[in-house]
Amino acid sequence: MAIFVNSETRLIVQGMTGRSGTFYTDEAIRYGTTCVGGVRPGKGGARHLGLPLFNTVREAAESTQANASLVIVPAPQAGPAMIEAIEAGIGVVVCVTERVPQHDMSRVKQALAGTDTVLIGPNSQGILTPGQCKIGVMPTVNALPGHIGIASRSASLTSEILAQCSKAGLGQSTTVGIGGDTLHGVGFVDCLKAFRDDPETEAVVLIGEIGGRGEEEAAAYLESVDYGKPVVALVVGRHAPRGRRMGHAGTLSVLGGGTAEDKIARLRAAGVEIAVHADDVVAAVARATAKAPQKAAAR
Amino acid sequence: MFLAEYQSKELLAQYGVLAPDGRPARSPDEAQRLCKEIDARKYVVKAQIGAGGRGLAGGIRFAATPSAVADEARRLLGSTLVTDQTGPAGETVTIVQVEAAIDIAQSCFVAIAFAPETGQPMLLASSAGGVEFEQRARMDEDTAQSCPLSPDSPEARAEIASFLTGVGITEAQSTAIDAIFAARHAFTENDMTLIEINPFARTSDGRWIAVDAKVAIDPNASFRRPEFASMVADRPAPADELAAQKHNINLVRLDGNIGVIANGAGLGLATNDMIMDAGGKPANFMDIRTTASSMDVARGVEILLADDRVSAILLTIHGGGMTSADTVAEGVNFAYAKATRKLPVIAYISGKHADWGHRILRERKVPVESCDTLSAAVGRVVELAGQRRAR
Repeated sequence: MAIFVNSETRLIVQGMTGRSGTFYTDEAIRYGTTCVGGVRPGKGGARHLGLPLFNTVREAAESTQANASLVIVPAPQAGPAMIEAIEAGIGVVVCVTERVPQHDMSRVKQALAGTDTVLIGPNSQGILTPGQCKIGVMPTVNALPGHIGIASRSASLTSEILAQCSKAGLGQSTTVGIGGDTLHGVGFVDCLKAFRDDPETEAVVLIGEIGGRGEEEAAAYLESVDYGKPVVALVVGRHAPRGRRMGHAGTLSVLGGGTAEDKIARLRAAGVEIAVHADDVVAAVARATAKAPQKAAAR
Repeated sequence: MFLAEYQSKELLAQYGVLAPDGRPARSPDEAQRLCKEIDARKYVVKAQIGAGGRGLAGGIRFAATPSAVADEARRLLGSTLVTDQTGPAGETVTIVQVEAAIDIAQSCFVAIAFAPETGQPMLLASSAGGVEFEQRARMDEDTAQSCPLSPDSPEARAEIASFLTGVGITEAQSTAIDAIFAARHAFTENDMTLIEINPFARTSDGRWIAVDAKVAIDPNASFRRPEFASMVADRPAPADELAAQKHNINLVRLDGNIGVIANGAGLGLATNDMIMDAGGKPANFMDIRTTASSMDVARGVEILLADDRVSAILLTIHGGGMTSADTVAEGVNFAYAKATRKLPVIAYISGKHADWGHRILRERKVPVESCDTLSAAVGRVVELAGQRRAR
């Protein structure tokens, strides 16, 4: 078990023939992800990296029984590509493309409403279930199968935390990059719900940052349920100047709010163990687990 | 990216949102001359800067006559306004908007933005307007109430009517609703991410007017909205931030003396937090994007080496994807090979090809000191930067 993707996942890649598409499809195949084809309008019938190419997602899904798609196309095409995958009924759509216009994401969210599709991203590092399935741009050299679930807004920081966890013997069930943009697919709450239902996951690490309301919503959700598993959070940007965009678009909220201090206070009040800084996550997992030994053992 | 007030109001007016009669002016003479074209009994002269909070900073001045308008314009043009949104350096005023002063019967706040959860446009509104709204909102982020703003239809208008009634916007409500749907049209047609109208004011003759308006356009949509590129009123970015952007690097200038190179926004934020906690001060935030080449990285390092405030560099790299640790190390090496000023580098390198990264820096004689953890690297660079400043 894991969340959203596992060894049963059958992946197609939208934009497989591009430079990045080729690179990351090859990496996914080498990692052991079951890749079954690619989509490139006008190239249907051809092959790339030993896999069949299709003109549309629907054709690809029908021929290959794909249930997941990696969208790795230039930003102007990313919105329509996500909508095409959603409308074709793909179960998990992962978009790593950066700089997707917000009005395009608005249409994507409209297409998503009422469907069962899980959208991850855009501007996400993707999703990794160690030892089973990699969909995205993250390194896998330090990934270790195990029982920590990670959900994060940033890419390289997640890889760093994952590496620290693995070094300490804390393997991962699944890591989900929810992406650094204002409008995105699954959020912290969706990931928390999925990790709660996943018997493999014993503790959850949230990696948040300034801007947006995702951390506050996670805190509200955790207050509303008896979560039953230890949750740790690292929120970065405590000392960032206000009103500036710090790399991710989502760090600058047009509506204000969302300081790191506020997020940390709300998460702490919801029973989340706070990792003070990036090197404190492993210790925080230990602290959180020690606090809830009965609950962890009961599962 | 924000448009200036006068541009925001001009754009909204094209869709039917009323605004006071006004013109932008670049000199006191021009400001005085424009008064003839403006139908007004009293004037207001407003500094056009890309940041809010300007009313409290003296950027809005009333004038009874055209010659008083010229005096106020003279006072504002070329001056630097410091508001709580400009940062300590403030912003220089190069344009003023000369407008008819409005007789305000009721002053409110409305805004349109995407609801993060649904991704659909929402309306935010408050019966407090102008500076009063800004002050209240600072204390309580829930000052404005929100409601979904569906495309124009009789049902959508009925929903907005009952929402506005709840907020306290009841007088001449149907004209307020006209203005709101006109603004929604402008929002969807122009890749806007925010429209903020404050004050949204009712005149005694029952019109609702955008006395001030702020529009943000999505920079990610520039490929299909090239017309906005020349209009952007964002505070001019420092030259080094613009240079970095060309090389896939997000750079934000800060006021410390530790140059920071990190690959990834989250890692950069995490690194800067740790520097501050350890008593140091970063000179910048740097996020090398995951697609950066070694030449892009080299340019980022050059910018830091050329910054004479910087006394030591912290390199935080987690190699991954297409920018593995060796790619970043190559970039650092390129920059150092050309540089005359070779600042010490403290490095924490992990992730994909971390060992190659270390080897490249060591063998090419970059003055690098590697640490095994991020905390150790941060501690060391803070110590070093402190010593070098004291010298």
